[in-house]
Amino acid sequence: MGTFIAIVLAAVLTNNFITVKTYGICPFLGVSKKTSSAFGMGIAVTVVMVLATLVTYPIYTYVMVPLGFEFLEIIFFIFIIASLVQMLEVIIRKISPSLYNAMGVYLPLITTNCAVLGVAELVIGDMSSILGEGVAMNIGWAAAYALFAGVGFTLVMVIMSGLREKLNCYKTHKALAGFPIAMVTACFICMAFAVFSYIR
Amino acid sequence: MNKYKKITLDGLIYQNPTFMLVLGTCPTLGLINSAYSSLGMGLTVLVILTLSNIIISALRKVIPGAVRIPCYIVIIATLVTFARMCLEKFLPDLYDSLGGFLALIVVNCIILGRAEAFANKHTVAESAVDGIANGLGFTFALTLMGIICEFFGNGSLFGLQIMEFKIGMLSKPAGAFLVYGLCIAVFVYCIDCFERAKRVKANKLARENLLKEAA
Repeated sequence: MGTFIAIVLAAVLTNNFITVKTYGICPFLGVSKKTSSAFGMGIAVTVVMVLATLVTYPIYTYVMVPLGFEFLEIIFFIFIIASLVQMLEVIIRKISPSLYNAMGVYLPLITTNCAVLGVAELVIGDMSSILGEGVAMNIGWAAAYALFAGVGFTLVMVIMSGLREKLNCYKTHKALAGFPIAMVTACFICMAFAVFSYIR
Repeated sequence: MNKYKKITLDGLIYQNPTFMLVLGTCPTLGLINSAYSSLGMGLTVLVILTLSNIIISALRKVIPGAVRIPCYIVIIATLVTFARMCLEKFLPDLYDSLGGFLALIVVNCIILGRAEAFANKHTVAESAVDGIANGLGFTFALTLMGIICEFFGNGSLFGLQIMEFKIGMLSKPAGAFLVYGLCIAVFVYCIDCFERAKRVKANKLARENLLKEAA
């Protein structure tokens, strides 16, 4: 239970993917103009992150490590993620067209999203600072970490899109309009999230 | 020759991947708290981008159009794996400071973007020049912001302590966002002023010529 709470707090607040690790910035800046699209993107990223971790973690631990080709992890992971996204797109289109309309448009963008490859790389690395002493990594913790990292990602996306919707009502200098003002806004979100780093 | 000059200027300034197109933001924001790691990241991307551009443009007639993206990803992932092995062996301290971002070069939009937008339509020489120009543009932008962030955030330059005064926020992601945003604004503003001055000069020249002709 303690480990679970540690994972939730670390993934959502103290080690948030956007504000602390700066993974997945492209969708964060590109798809955060409207709250509805930001939420859809966040959910899509979360789903793909969990599924990708559920596939890559066992393949890495039970196939690649015993056979001794860990050095191919980047090629394997990116291929698994790309084919997973393609498969998910086909399945969702077949099962639920309405869900496809809401989420499907974001799926092709996710293949080249650092957050998904980032979480797959993180969970096979050294996680002892988050899990605590003496807790071995397993697929359950890996999936939980991916899930809550996605929740943290969605949270920041939604906050950012709310701020940007408000920001549209004001006139900014021509040089600052667009990305620069979005980044200055992101700076303030990061500062707010930096407070959570005092949680121990 | 003019063609190569245009490609170089586009990559370095007018379509600078970091400031004008805002691509490859994750490693930029993650690494500009230190000038050394941002310079290392820039040079790694420069090498990988140039090699991937050369390979992809050499294979552009062989790769079938429908599956080109997976092919590009395999080529880039192979290059990144090589780069990772080389850095781990020869520059272990840089390897440590780049951390997870080294593996994430494979999903860096600059490399895939140049492959898709440039290398699959142009000759090998042009693609090589484009790769070097874009890589240098990326390196220049990253190193510039790395120097700003490290100097004000940590009081040091390339690890060398210079002053005691420091603004701690600038060495955190929050400061990286702030510096990146303001750098884009300044860069866009300068280019805007430069273009306007050029246009005014051209207009003045045209008017003088017209007056001379009329006289």
